[in-house]
Amino acid sequence: MSDSTLRSATISVLVENESGVLARVIGLFSGRGYNIDNLTVAPVERDGSKSRITVVTRGTAMVIEQIKAQLDRLVPVYKVLDLSEGPHLARELALIKVLGTGEKRAEALRLADAFRARVIDATTESFTFELTGATDKLDAFLELMRPLGLAEVSRTGVAAIARGVKTIT
Amino acid sequence: MDSTIAASELMNSGAEAVLRALKAQGVDVIFGYPGGAVLPLYDALFKQNEIRHILVRHEQAAVHAAEGYARSTGKVGVVLVTSGPGATNAVTGLVDALMDSIPLVCLSGQVPTHLIGNDAFQEADTTGITRPATKHNYLVKKSEDLVRVMHEAFLVARTGRPGPVLIDLPKDILIAPAPYREPSNAPHRSYRPRTEPDPRRIEEAVAMLKRAERPVIYAGGGVINAGPEASRLLVEFTRLTGFPITNTLMGLGAYPASDPLFVGMLGMHGTYEANLAMHGCDVMLNIGARFDDRVTGRLNAFSPNSKKIHADIDPASINKSVMVDVAIVGDALATLKALIAAWKQDTAQPNRTALTKWWGQIDAWRAKDSLRFTQNRDPGSIIKPQYAIEQLYKATRGRETFITTEVGQHQMWAAQYFRFEKPNRWMTSGGLGTMGYGLPAAMGAQVAHPDALVIDIAGEASILMNIQEMGTLAQYRLPVKIFILNNQYMGMVRQWQELLHGSRYSSSYSEALPDFVKLAESFHAVGLRAEKVDDLDKVIAEMLAVDRPVIADICVDQKENVFPMIPSGAAHNEMLLGPEHKGTSGPAVTNEGMALV
Ligand SMILES: Cc1cc2nc3c(=O)[nH]c(=O)nc-3n(C[C@H](O)[C@H](O)[C@H](O)COP(=O)(O)OP(=O)(O)OC[C@H]3O[C@@H](n4cnc5c(N)ncnc54)[C@H](O)[C@@H]3O)c2cc1C
Ligand SMILES: Cc1ncc(C[n+]2csc(CCOP(=O)(O)OP(=O)(O)O)c2C)c(N)n1
Ligand SMILES: [Mg+2]
Repeated sequence: MSDSTLRSATISVLVENESGVLARVIGLFSGRGYNIDNLTVAPVERDGSKSRITVVTRGTAMVIEQIKAQLDRLVPVYKVLDLSEGPHLARELALIKVLGTGEKRAEALRLADAFRARVIDATTESFTFELTGATDKLDAFLELMRPLGLAEVSRTGVAAIARGVKTIT
Repeated sequence: MDSTIAASELMNSGAEAVLRALKAQGVDVIFGYPGGAVLPLYDALFKQNEIRHILVRHEQAAVHAAEGYARSTGKVGVVLVTSGPGATNAVTGLVDALMDSIPLVCLSGQVPTHLIGNDAFQEADTTGITRPATKHNYLVKKSEDLVRVMHEAFLVARTGRPGPVLIDLPKDILIAPAPYREPSNAPHRSYRPRTEPDPRRIEEAVAMLKRAERPVIYAGGGVINAGPEASRLLVEFTRLTGFPITNTLMGLGAYPASDPLFVGMLGMHGTYEANLAMHGCDVMLNIGARFDDRVTGRLNAFSPNSKKIHADIDPASINKSVMVDVAIVGDALATLKALIAAWKQDTAQPNRTALTKWWGQIDAWRAKDSLRFTQNRDPGSIIKPQYAIEQLYKATRGRETFITTEVGQHQMWAAQYFRFEKPNRWMTSGGLGTMGYGLPAAMGAQVAHPDALVIDIAGEASILMNIQEMGTLAQYRLPVKIFILNNQYMGMVRQWQELLHGSRYSSSYSEALPDFVKLAESFHAVGLRAEKVDDLDKVIAEMLAVDRPVIADICVDQKENVFPMIPSGAAHNEMLLGPEHKGTSGPAVTNEGMALV
C-alpha cells in the first residue's frame, strides 16, 4: 500500500522559548513511538524569545510526514522545516578524551591532525580533542580512537541549516 | 499586542481577573469542585452572580459535564478543580475531550509558586501529567501573564481542531493583584490554524467527484465541530450530488438519519450497506472524519479500489493511516461552501447512469436489513435491547431530545436504533470509550438546555462509574433521564469473550448490582423498572412524564450481541451479521486480529 522503506530526516523546529516546550517535543516523539536519533536545542533570537530544535529521526515517508504535521500543530511551534528535503549543512561538535602514553598517544595525535581535530587540553597521559563535522565524520574518528585509549566523549548533537538563500523564517 | 497593555486595568486579585476573563469569553457556567488551592477563586465566585457554578461530586464528572455542555451548544466548556487529586481526577475527562476534539478550558489550582517542586501538600506536576492529555497547557508563574493566558486558552480550545486546554494556577497568583486586558484580535504569535481550503484542491476534488461512478460521502465529528451551518451545507451538498452518505459514530446527526441518501453509520458496528458502499466505492469524500481503526477495519483491505479525498482541519489527520489522493486542509464549513460553489460552477455532468446502477446495488444491500431483530410481543417476554431503544426513540420523537451514552453494547444500540436528525443532539465517548461519561455529560447538556429532554442511555456497569452525580442532579433539579439497558453483564466484554475467547466469561458478569429503583429513590430521584416487554412502553411514558431525574432500569436479554460486526483485523466485506441472517458466517479471526483492541 504505502512505501515501507525507512529514511532519515533532519528536521528543524523554530519554537517559542517557553518552559516545557522541549518536553512537549520530546513527549510527542516518545508518546507516538517516533525515533529520536539526535537532538539539539538552543535559543537563537537576540532577545532569547525563540529557540531552534534540530531533530534527526527515522521513519517511512508517511511517518516523517506525520512527525512534521504533529510538530507543526504544537501551539508554541512557529515553523517546521525538513532540511533533508533539500541540500543542507549539518555539523556536530565533540569533545573527546583519549588516555594513553607512548606510541598509541603519538598515533592518536597524528590521526587527530588528519581529521583536523584541535587539541584543547593535554597532560602527559591524556589529550582532549575538539572535533567539528558531520555526524559520520565524528563517528569515524571515534572508531579510530577506540583502540588508542578513547576514554570519554561529549557531543553537542546536530546543528543544521539549509544551503543557499533558503531560511527557516 | 503591545498597544493593549496601555489599556490594562489592575484587578484586586488574580481570582477576580480570572472571572473577568471568563465573562469576557462569554462563559456563563462552570463545572467544578473546591479545595485549598482554588479557595480564592471560589471566594470570587461567591461575590458575583453572572457565572453559575455547578458543584459536581467528582472531578472526572466535571470534565464530562463540560464536554456535554460544549458538544450540545458549540461553546467552550469550563472546568474548575483544585490542585493534586482534583487535577489528577480530571485527567480521564481531559483525554476523553482530546480524543473527541471537544473544546474545554480546565482551570486547576496549584501550590504557590515558591513551593512548586517541594512535594508540597496536594502538589502534583499537573502540567507534566496533562501535557499529553490536552491540546495545550499552561502554568502561570507571573501575574502579568495571567489574563493573556486565559484569553489565549479559549482561542486555542475553540479554533483549529478543538480540544481541552488546561491552565494551572498557583494560589499566590490567584491572590496577588493582576492586570486585566480585554481579549485582543491580534493573531497569535505561533498558533495559526488554517481554515480556508486551497481552491485548487477543491477543484480537483469536484472534478474527481463528477467523474465518480460509485461515490460515497463519509462525514464525521469534524462537521459537528464546524457548527450547525456546516451540517446544513453537508445536506445541501449531498442532495446536490445525489451521492450516498454515511456518518461515523461521532458524526451522527451531521446528516439527517431519515433522509433516503443516508445509508447509516459505518464501521465495526455499522450497517451492511454503509460498509459495503465504503468497500466498493470508486471515489470517497471524507469530511471531518479521521479514518479511525473502528471505521477502517484491516487497513490493507480498506476501500481498496477508491480514490480518496480527505477534508480535515488538522493536517496531522491526513495521510496518518490511510493515504489519500486529494488532501483539503480547512474548516468543514468553509470546505463545504467551496465544494458547493465549485460543484455548481463545474460544467461537467455527473455520471447519472452509473450512479443509478450504484444506488441499485446499495438498495440491494439495504434490503438485507442488517439491523433486523425479532421482539416477541407476548406478555411476559423478555425485552430485546434494540427494541427498548426503538420504543424510546418513538416515544421521544417530536420533542427536543439530547442523548448521551455510556460505553458498551447499549452505546452501539443507541447509535444504531436512535435516529438523529440534527447535529449536537448526540453525545458519546467515541475515541477513548470512557465508561462513566454518559451521566455527567447528560448533566452538562441539561444545564445548557434546561427545558429539553436529556437521556443517558446506559449500561448497568458503566452507570456505576459516575453514579455519585445523582447527587448533582438532585441539587440542581436537573431532570436527566437514565435509561439503563440492564443485561447484567459488561455486555461488550462478554460479546468479545463469546466470539474470541471461547465463551469464557472472565470477570464480565455484573455481580452484586444495586437495586436501581431504591438507588434512585435514595438520591431523591424516581426509580422505575421494566422486567417484561409489556412493561416497557408504560415505563418509558412514565419516565418522560416526570419533571425530575429518573432511573429507568430496563431488564433486557442478557445474551444479545451487537450486529453487524466487523471482527478485529477483518475487512468491511467480511462482516458478521446477526442470528437473523443465518448462513452468512464471517471470517475466522487471526492471531493478529486477536491482538487488536
Ligand atoms: C465500543 C465502541 C465502538 C465503536 N464502534 C464504532 C463504529 O462502529 N463506527 C464508528 O464510526 N465509530 C465507532 N466508534 C468510535 C471510534 O472509536 C471513533 O471515535 C470514531 O470513529 C471517530 O469519529 P470521526 O472519524 O468522525 O472523528 P472525530 O474523532 O470526531 O474527529 C474529527 C475529525 O475531524 C477533524 N475536525 C475537527 N474539527 C474540524 C472542523 N471544524 N473542520 C474540519 N475538520 C475538523 C479533526 O481534525 C478529526 O480528524 C466506537 C467507539 C466505541 C467506544
Ligand atoms: C473506564 C473503562 N473501563 C473499562 C472499559 C472496557 N469496557 C468497554 S465496554 C465495557 C462493559 C460495559 O458494560 P455495561 O455498562 O453494562 O454496558 P453493556 O456493554 O452491557 O451494554 C467495558 C468494561 C471502558 N470502556 N472504560
Ligand atoms: Mg451491561
